[in-house]
Amino acid sequence: MSRVGVVARNTFREAVRDRVLYNLVFFALLMMAAAILVGQISIGIEDLVIVSLGLSAISVIGLLIAIFIGVGLVYKEMDKRTLYALLAKPVRRWEFLLGKFGGLVLTLTVNTAAMAAGLFLVLLYVKHSLERTDIAVLIAIYFILLKLALIVALAMLFSCFTTPLLSILFTSGLYIAGLFIQEMRNFHSRTPNPALEGLLRGLSYLLPNFQNFDVMASATHGRTIPASLILENSIYTAVYCAIVLLTAAAVFSRRNLK
Amino acid sequence: MSAPAIDTENLTKDYPIGFLETKKKRSLEGLTMQVETGEVFGFLGPNGAGKSTTIKLLVGLIFPTAGTARILGRSINDIEMHRDIGYLPEQPYFYDYLTAAELLDYFARFHDLTAADRRERVARMLKKVGLETAGKIQLRKYSKGMMQRVGLAQAILHDPQVVILDEPMSGLDPIGRREVRDIILELKSEGRTVMFSTHILSDAEMLCDRVGVIVGGKLRGVGAPSEIVELKAHGMEILFEYAGNNANASALLAKAAKAGNRYRLQVGESELYTVLEQLHAAEARILSVTQLKQTLEEYFMNLVDVDRAQAAAIEVRGK
Amino acid sequence: MSPRISIRKLLLIALTIGFAVIWQVQQRIDQDRARLHQEQDELLLRSGKLLKMASLEYAPLMADLYWTRVVQYYGDKRAHNDPNFELLWPLLDITTTLDPQLLVAYRFGSTFLSERPIVGAGRPDLGVELVERGIQANPEYWRFYEDLGFIYYIHMKDYAKASAAFLEGSKNPQAYDWMKVLAARVAEKGESSETATFLWSELYQSTKNPAIKQNALTHLQLLRAEADCEQLDVLAAEYEKRTGKRPGTVRELINAGLLGGAPVDPLGTVYVFGKDGKAGINPASPLVELKNRYVKPF
Repeated sequence: MSRVGVVARNTFREAVRDRVLYNLVFFALLMMAAAILVGQISIGIEDLVIVSLGLSAISVIGLLIAIFIGVGLVYKEMDKRTLYALLAKPVRRWEFLLGKFGGLVLTLTVNTAAMAAGLFLVLLYVKHSLERTDIAVLIAIYFILLKLALIVALAMLFSCFTTPLLSILFTSGLYIAGLFIQEMRNFHSRTPNPALEGLLRGLSYLLPNFQNFDVMASATHGRTIPASLILENSIYTAVYCAIVLLTAAAVFSRRNLK
Repeated sequence: MSAPAIDTENLTKDYPIGFLETKKKRSLEGLTMQVETGEVFGFLGPNGAGKSTTIKLLVGLIFPTAGTARILGRSINDIEMHRDIGYLPEQPYFYDYLTAAELLDYFARFHDLTAADRRERVARMLKKVGLETAGKIQLRKYSKGMMQRVGLAQAILHDPQVVILDEPMSGLDPIGRREVRDIILELKSEGRTVMFSTHILSDAEMLCDRVGVIVGGKLRGVGAPSEIVELKAHGMEILFEYAGNNANASALLAKAAKAGNRYRLQVGESELYTVLEQLHAAEARILSVTQLKQTLEEYFMNLVDVDRAQAAAIEVRGK
Repeated sequence: MSPRISIRKLLLIALTIGFAVIWQVQQRIDQDRARLHQEQDELLLRSGKLLKMASLEYAPLMADLYWTRVVQYYGDKRAHNDPNFELLWPLLDITTTLDPQLLVAYRFGSTFLSERPIVGAGRPDLGVELVERGIQANPEYWRFYEDLGFIYYIHMKDYAKASAAFLEGSKNPQAYDWMKVLAARVAEKGESSETATFLWSELYQSTKNPAIKQNALTHLQLLRAEADCEQLDVLAAEYEKRTGKRPGTVRELINAGLLGGAPVDPLGTVYVFGKDGKAGINPASPLVELKNRYVKPF
């Protein structure tokens, strides 16, 4: 098993043994049940409500896990010194980073899959059958996973050089900024300011664009999501994660542990 | 003569300090030192002298400001070299959600061992460090001493040629320390090189073939424990019994340390025979005559005092 | 070569390539998502009051964000020639609820809610409602009366109400004098292209918002073209009187000495005479397209 895989497996094991995780998943499942109830009240749009509630729950839970565990990925190991003995082994620092990243992404995938299964079960219960158009929901969930992977990469980058509190602030900040990319691009101040508008426009391409992953509208109405978008988002996530992880590796590879 | 197992040349480390991290503190300066293959090498120094810094530099946890180092002939930047070294950190801490067996297995996986090989080694190591029965308990329930033993186990699990231990005796009771000493000697008998840091001098005197003494970031002396201390005896010590009250003897007695009827008297080498005659004339019963050597501790304390004086002088000059 | 230098260089190169790829992919994503967007406009929270409560003390900031959304929404729709402006009113409603003193939002709404599709939402009634709200919140801003009168005059052709609005606005001591004049003239004459021209150019000068400005400019250009054609018709009648037949091209007018040089429309294309002998905009001119959009119903 490659060294990256060894670290990833152990990271996954740590997340699984962290009891907090189970509470979150349980909470999400509870949300699904609540969605059924809400569905009863708003007749005619049960599936719309269930899908949007369910997707929101999966997204929020996933975000919480990604950020809060992500910011501790490297920091915790440096702070508690569990990393010390490990780095004396024949394992490169970037292999360690990649393994931590992979482990948490694996955890999130398993979690998300569990919640997705729950969502589809609820949907099945309410609609009594699933249609082909429901595949949009699956794609929406896949996009959520892509988003989470990017968040983990960012959280981990900050984890390499700053405290958990600041990492949470920076990561959340980037996430929120990433939801307003379109507004940034079309920014019109009350008095025309080309320098500011140009800066924001440039930034709108550099910053991670989390709007890309938002297909809630399509998913709730069962509209088809073009395959090209799926491919593009996958590439975007892969490349952006690579950029962030490379930066993290560069930062971490010369870092002096205290 | 074979190449040294550990070889440093002018190893230097500065740390940025101050609020804006603009000033630098030199925690290690120009360390040039060799540890020979197959020896047990003690790295001595007071707290903050630079022992841990040196070890962390060797193992790759921190990076030198200047200088180079090689282990088993390979640069410390060579990650594959880590296959042949074992490291025990100071006050080790490991993943508390794992059991000792799981932790050792985890570390073992980095060494390309077969599953069966891993299982066998893990069991053997646990036994060796006395954690046989505690192997399935989660590390969060371990005492400090138990954690130290796990640390030692993971350091030697893969039969490394060079073992580097940072304060291996800390946190252990006398029994534990004895066990660690035995393990170190066992490693030596297997032909491995052991380097460990400590500020407990008696351990060093007992175990080490050679010691290196580091104070204030600088290496002050290297050699066998007996070589380092001054060979010239400070004098002689006479142990005698005297029950009488001869006037001639009373002058001598005044200088002696008394315990009941026994007296200890320190005299210079040149005066030895004169004093012995005096005591003999006073009918004192001579019990023993021994040569006084500076102990490692005295040598050590001397160095520390000198270093402190120098530092104070620099500070005064700076003002 | 020390490892430190090569890591930095490697990182720089990788980052540059990476972001270049990101930029490319992002553009493709934007295209795909735009196509998705056209079908669904989503404005999940429509209650301005709720948003205002939720914004705590950040309501003006939220207003700015929603204002940005308004501009982007409008720009998006125009860029795709999408006639569906159903979210324009809710967005403006929210923006002005969050910040009742955001004057530009009212002016923007009064213009583009009233304009025919595909230029606007085609709901002058909503435009009126928005401006009246603006007047309530900003009674000292006399321009809103101008906007109100504007909507009644240009879009709803209700000259009585337009006159009343101009009159009311003229009562504000800061109002320009022409407000009173306009009130009288509209009451008297009703529709007139001079009045329209005046109103549009007043709007053009008084606003800093580029969209409103551009819109006013287009209207002015169309009015200008109309006036030019009327003039050309007069000249053509003169020509007919002299020669006995209608001119076929403007060249004939020039040769007859009735025109000094080639008459061009505000966008630079020369006018032509139609088969019916009346002057008109050259079919090759971009003004034709604009005329179809702005003047003719969609």
